Amino acid sequence: MKTFGIIAVVLCGALLIYGTVDFPEWGDPASPASTYVSPYYIEHSIPDTSVPNIVTAILADYRGYDTMFETAVVFAAGIACIFLLRIEKRDSPRSRLYRHIPTGVTIRIEQGGRLPEGSRDLERIDSVWVPYDLIIKTGCRLVIPFIQLFALYVIAHGHHSPGGGFQGGVIFGAAIILYALAYDLRTAQTHLPIRTSVLLSSTGVLIYAGTGALCLLLGANFLNYSALAGLLGVDPVTARSHGILIVEIGVALAVMAVMVGLYYIISSAGRLDEGL
Amino acid sequence: MNSHFPALIIVVPLLSAFVIVMAGWLNKKYCFPLAAAALGSSLVSAVAMLSRVMDSGPFTYHLGGWAPPWGIEYRVDHLNALVLVVVAAVAFINLIATRAIVRADFPEKTGSFYGLYSLFATGLLGVVVTGDAFNLFVLLEITALTGYALIGIGKQHAPLASLNYIFMGTIGASFYLLGVGYLYLATGTLNMADLALHLSKISGSTVVLAAFLICLTGLYMKMALFPLHAWLPNAYACAPSAAAGIIAPLTTKVMVYVLIRITLFVFTPAFTYAHLPLNQAMIWLASLAIVMGSILALSQKSLKKILVYIIVAEVGYMVGGLWIGNRISISGSILHIVNDAAMTLCVFLAAAGLQFKLKGDSFIALRGSFRKMPYTMAALVVGGLSIIGVPPTCGFFSKWYLISGALTAGTYQFVVALLLNSLVNVVLFFRIFEIGYFEPFPGQDSHRGQKAQAINEAPLSMVAMLLLVSAGLIALGLFSSDMVTRIILPSIPAGIL
Amino acid sequence: MDPVIAFIIAKYNYWMYIILMMIGLCGMIIKKNLIKKIIGMNIFQTAIILFYISIAAKKNATIPIIAHAHGDGHAAVNAAGIINPLPHVLMLTAIVVAVATLGVALALAIKIYRQYHTLEEDEIISQIRE
Repeated sequence: MKTFGIIAVVLCGALLIYGTVDFPEWGDPASPASTYVSPYYIEHSIPDTSVPNIVTAILADYRGYDTMFETAVVFAAGIACIFLLRIEKRDSPRSRLYRHIPTGVTIRIEQGGRLPEGSRDLERIDSVWVPYDLIIKTGCRLVIPFIQLFALYVIAHGHHSPGGGFQGGVIFGAAIILYALAYDLRTAQTHLPIRTSVLLSSTGVLIYAGTGALCLLLGANFLNYSALAGLLGVDPVTARSHGILIVEIGVALAVMAVMVGLYYIISSAGRLDEGL
Repeated sequence: MNSHFPALIIVVPLLSAFVIVMAGWLNKKYCFPLAAAALGSSLVSAVAMLSRVMDSGPFTYHLGGWAPPWGIEYRVDHLNALVLVVVAAVAFINLIATRAIVRADFPEKTGSFYGLYSLFATGLLGVVVTGDAFNLFVLLEITALTGYALIGIGKQHAPLASLNYIFMGTIGASFYLLGVGYLYLATGTLNMADLALHLSKISGSTVVLAAFLICLTGLYMKMALFPLHAWLPNAYACAPSAAAGIIAPLTTKVMVYVLIRITLFVFTPAFTYAHLPLNQAMIWLASLAIVMGSILALSQKSLKKILVYIIVAEVGYMVGGLWIGNRISISGSILHIVNDAAMTLCVFLAAAGLQFKLKGDSFIALRGSFRKMPYTMAALVVGGLSIIGVPPTCGFFSKWYLISGALTAGTYQFVVALLLNSLVNVVLFFRIFEIGYFEPFPGQDSHRGQKAQAINEAPLSMVAMLLLVSAGLIALGLFSSDMVTRIILPSIPAGIL
Repeated sequence: MDPVIAFIIAKYNYWMYIILMMIGLCGMIIKKNLIKKIIGMNIFQTAIILFYISIAAKKNATIPIIAHAHGDGHAAVNAAGIINPLPHVLMLTAIVVAVATLGVALALAIKIYRQYHTLEEDEIISQIRE
């Protein structure tokens, strides 16, 4: 079985390499891919959409339909993970660990029993708890706001520099995951519970598809942002630029929420009680 | 609104999927009506598009307002419109029929289930209607991802089956993407109509041949053509009944549609049928798939496993019909897409009903089922007769076209395989009918005499849909020559004998 | 010898990515641990992404962002001096799809571990056969 697999893979690779005989040279400016459709995008990106970043213009305007489905894929992945793994705590209770702060003694309570919250001497800990995490906690608290600010910058500046909705959304999600790593999953969930992340991701994709549907209702084709010109009060070219910004915001919202949701579900194997 | 149907058929289920997920967290009762309304509107759009194509010919729709090849276009012609109606109808009927099963199986996760179901239907509809090669890949991935989740929630070893499906499905989709990459490298465009124009000018290059083979391999993996079928039996048999009713009839058929679209409309027939060794090899492979599907089905001991191996054999029908290469066999292949979707829906719904009420579908559990669930078993009988190929059900007519086409082309191995498969299907189904009819229901004492067994039938929504689909099988059979002359024959491109 | 070297220089990037693809494919087929198979899948998809990106390269060309677009009036843009942006766009989509598939695959691996308490394929199959 193993040798059969290796033979099949080698054969496949050899056939693929044989297929490269007629390829154009690497970096050839006269290859079909560089001379047929893409010069239109490069030359007309500013006159058509007034967005200097050509990749963003293609992503959100010329081929914006693909991007809408890509966002739907992200949403589907988040929903799929919740659908597959989510277990209510009452169905399979785990043991809880508490630590007595003055003495450092750890208490373990089986079968879902619990101590009252907010007691001064006993704190709930994870099974992977480490002491001496003051430096991590303080460091992360200092850095996280700047990460989030940078994420918003990447989203907003996607028109003029590399960036956009996906990149900014992932950075924002990473900031929240950093918070969940530095503190613990339950603390992060008090700030962004999983229900909110599902709602946010739905809202994000609805913003994208809703903008397209709005263009449909205003009489133009689906996702034709120039139909928004009357609504926004600008000329059609600037309307396209604004339309791109709106959908990028929708994408960022969806991606951020799904990243956080995926981290919650996978790191706690669906129970949402303790993470990494 | 009239000219926006190609967009509406996708947008309405897509938006409803997101709304269903949100509504599921608030109140579970809203999920089913929303999903039913969305898929119903898709069905209406599909029928409207089919009537428009039959009246005035193919039409296009430019998304984002950009003309191709700079934007994405949707191109609706006869083939598209027919398969769209099939996909929308199967999704809608299955949704209504399995309502009680979903309520019983997924009481807390109803919102997520219906959301994933709507996204799956959206992905399939999008794959059928798109005219852009890369857009096809993205929609294929939506379909696949939601399919993985819908299968993975099942019982027994469903997670392992779904993970194996992920591996093989990802290899298939990635090969398709690689093939599109080779095509882009050679031509510079992604639009299907444009690709056809450019490829006809450079058809001698090795890049085009390599792209062709890579795309074919990827599509064969996704449609489970023997010997790349290993993921299908476990995945479909372990899937929950409500999901199996939409995944099993539609996934492989839509992949066959994609195969027809790629081989006949992107790589034009002149290129596809010019490589005689390849065509002959493909016909032999299809015949082998039919024979192996039948043989593997004979050794199974539960109804669902038999049905999934029958699906493996049916894929061989359609692929063989395509590669034989004359108008009759390709019409048979396209007609079989329609018929097989309907037949598979019928038998899978019947199996779902049996499993729901009898708590199992092995041969032991099926004993006496004719007495307990007469309507469900009647639908199973009609579906079985259709798969065997008995007139006037639809299965007979698609087999008739395929056999005529094979005889015209002289590929007798395909004819032999088809007839063998019919015989094996007779054996399989009559064994099930015998178990359901003659063997006594366990627990009935013989000295109690002829005590009438209470009819413990499946829920009303399922029985109603089953009877509708069974009537549909016979109606499809009676109207098949109409369908072929008015819809299918115009859809085949010129240049095929 | 010169034409052979010129041929290799013109095409070696594609060969590198094909070899990477085959390594990933090998990993998926040969390895028995489910996590190693998932990693192989990720390598395979990443190699295809690299293949597409290498289509976009152009000699002596710069990134596809038009500098000073809104300030100095519309200077004519030279399409040969800017790399091909379309494969980059396509691969943004492909990367996201790969990540989504990875997420679902990991969720299924957790589910499998919960059920069988192992991630080795042969042990799982022997457990199923019992």
